[in-house]
Amino acid sequence: MAEIRVEKLHKAFTDFVAVRGSTFTVPDGDFFCLLGPSGCGKTTTLRMIAGLELPTSGRILLGGEDVTFKQASQRDIAFVFQLFALYPHMNVRANISYPLRNQGMPGEEVRKRVEEAARILRITHLLDRSVSGLSSGDRQRVALGRAIVREPLAFMLDEPLGALDAEFREVMCGELRALHDRLRATTVYVTHDQLEAMSMADTIALMNNGVVEQLGPPQEIYDRPASVFVADFVGSPPMNFIPFHGRVAPGDKSVRIGEAAVAVPEAREGIAEGELLLGARPEHVQLSASSPLRASVIDAEYLGTTQIVTVSTAQGTTLKARLSSEVAVRPGEHTGLVFHPKKLSLFEKKSGRALRSALHDEAAHG
Amino acid sequence: MTATTLAHSVVEPSGRSKGIAGTVIVVYAVISMVPLVWIFLTAFKSPSDSIAYPPKIVFHPTLDGTCNLFTTISRQTADYISSLPPPMNVCDRIARARNMVVAGPSNFVPRFLNSLIIAFGSTALSVVLGVTAAYAFSRFRVPAKDDLLFFILSTRMMPPIAVAIPIYLMYRELGLSDTHLGMILLYSAVNVSLAVWLLKGFIDEIPREYEEAALVDGYTRLQAFRKVVLPQATTGIVATAIFCLIFAWNEYAFATLLTSGQAQTAPPFIPIIIGEGGQDWPAVAAATTLFLVPILVFTVLLRKNLLRGITFGAVRK
Ligand SMILES: Nc1ncnc2c1ncn2[C@@H]1O[C@H](COP(=O)(O)OP(=O)(O)O)[C@@H](O)[C@H]1O
Ligand SMILES: [Mg+2]
Repeated sequence: MAEIRVEKLHKAFTDFVAVRGSTFTVPDGDFFCLLGPSGCGKTTTLRMIAGLELPTSGRILLGGEDVTFKQASQRDIAFVFQLFALYPHMNVRANISYPLRNQGMPGEEVRKRVEEAARILRITHLLDRSVSGLSSGDRQRVALGRAIVREPLAFMLDEPLGALDAEFREVMCGELRALHDRLRATTVYVTHDQLEAMSMADTIALMNNGVVEQLGPPQEIYDRPASVFVADFVGSPPMNFIPFHGRVAPGDKSVRIGEAAVAVPEAREGIAEGELLLGARPEHVQLSASSPLRASVIDAEYLGTTQIVTVSTAQGTTLKARLSSEVAVRPGEHTGLVFHPKKLSLFEKKSGRALRSALHDEAAHG
Repeated sequence: MTATTLAHSVVEPSGRSKGIAGTVIVVYAVISMVPLVWIFLTAFKSPSDSIAYPPKIVFHPTLDGTCNLFTTISRQTADYISSLPPPMNVCDRIARARNMVVAGPSNFVPRFLNSLIIAFGSTALSVVLGVTAAYAFSRFRVPAKDDLLFFILSTRMMPPIAVAIPIYLMYRELGLSDTHLGMILLYSAVNVSLAVWLLKGFIDEIPREYEEAALVDGYTRLQAFRKVVLPQATTGIVATAIFCLIFAWNEYAFATLLTSGQAQTAPPFIPIIIGEGGQDWPAVAAATTLFLVPILVFTVLLRKNLLRGITFGAVRK
């Protein structure tokens, strides 16, 4: 097991920059998720850590040792590919033991390790089967088996659940996290699915266009998004943005949106007059007939205990509110909006950057 | 029309079209087999039966042709022949019946061996060069890759025999004329472009993840190539080898031009087998029949791979 440190990692392909100056540390034993939309450079980052791709610049440290230019075979990292890379000409047992046999490990030890891995992954009954007949879930278990028998310094998983159907993905998410809790191996997990990342990760690095936009535990990313992109990417439905024109001075406790004054966490930095966005998670939006911030109900989607209510403000902004199903709403109804004053974010519209406020104080305190 | 006649599967061909297809294949097979069967029959005819007109379908089979192919014979006086010990084998007996004796083996076996050495040697060389070059083209960033590949292909854009004279002169100068090495190099030079192109197609189809998995598992690039890529490219390698082998085995023009003695292959040798009173057709036919055997055996042994290979990876699960 080892800590992974990535410093100013940069990767340019002939006509395209895939990763721009990423810096992050994966603590020893962490379940670390690289999250971001397709094409943002997650796989490229992972491949550089594993040694399958050479960075254009920057450094990679594995357990304190600089491995930037070391061969993949010298790094002792296991990689589970998005495509299940099982060897079709070998059966399950041979696939799992393949990495070990190469190291010249004695047969008895190999057998023990393979059976231990198979037991953990509950594929003992498949050991002597050919890989071609396996379901995609079982194939992915075999691929994981190949990774864990080696007892490597770290695991790299590239969208390992991408090819599974939704229901099975949830099961495997649980299994993967349980496996990690058991082995406590440093794991870098790549996914474009924010739900997967939120449910499994200890730490998330959210990437966009080759840049790490925010780094932190899931709760931190959800509660205190560093940018509009992060706020929009994480959460379902995503955060609501209410555009307004105004200025913020340090110490301000409210902003003016149209006629209404909306209470926000106390500002810790100011910004000159310009276009701003107020960000509110759907669960922090409530309906109140008496609120001066007027809106009308467009639609309500019933989800059991909660419902997602879509409303439109007088300025034409559409918002989604997560309300208890007990609140009665009628499409077309005129009403007002109130926000949870402690949970709101403010963003500069042009840069997408979040303004520092009392919201972030809590983070500093832990 | 009833519903049942309409309800046929759109993927499975109907019984009738299968029947037609089967008939066409059988007719085609029979037609293309006729010359081969004729050659096979001729091999067992006597020289006079072999050129009889109208052609004889029913005849008295003999081993004259086969014996003439494998032995050289010389005419002797009847007295001398009667003074010899009794004939040791069938060829001896046939020869003596015509006042001849077997003087020794013919050149056929050495020529046949030359063909085997040169054809298999050049096939092995072409495939080894082809698979390594194809792997590099498929996986590595090679400067001017497309231009190089086009150049390799362009070597096949004129008939090889167009450069026969320069090659003849070069080979004479280099001492490669009438040598096994010379012929192996020549056939490999012709085949390697085909091999590179065919094999690159096959290797492109093998997902990189297989080797990359091996690389992170501690294998070197070369080990990954040998233990992961090669086994998966077997189909392509076999198909390529068969194409190369067939070309080298059948090649006639260069063999005629560049070999005459110690490295002469079977193709230039077979048509000029002379018997008593001119062309010895039964011997030529016997030689041709034997000449077909190695390719036939090689292809039949590997036909599973060949069939899958010739579809060029189109059939994938
Ligand atoms: N070998 C390559 N050559 C050129 N561009 C590449 C190569 N590999 C990846 N890219 C590009 O880099 C970007 C990031 O790719 P990738 O890391 O695979 O994204 P992700 O895994 O986040 O979907 C993509 O736009 C992709 O097209
Ligand atoms: Mg990817």
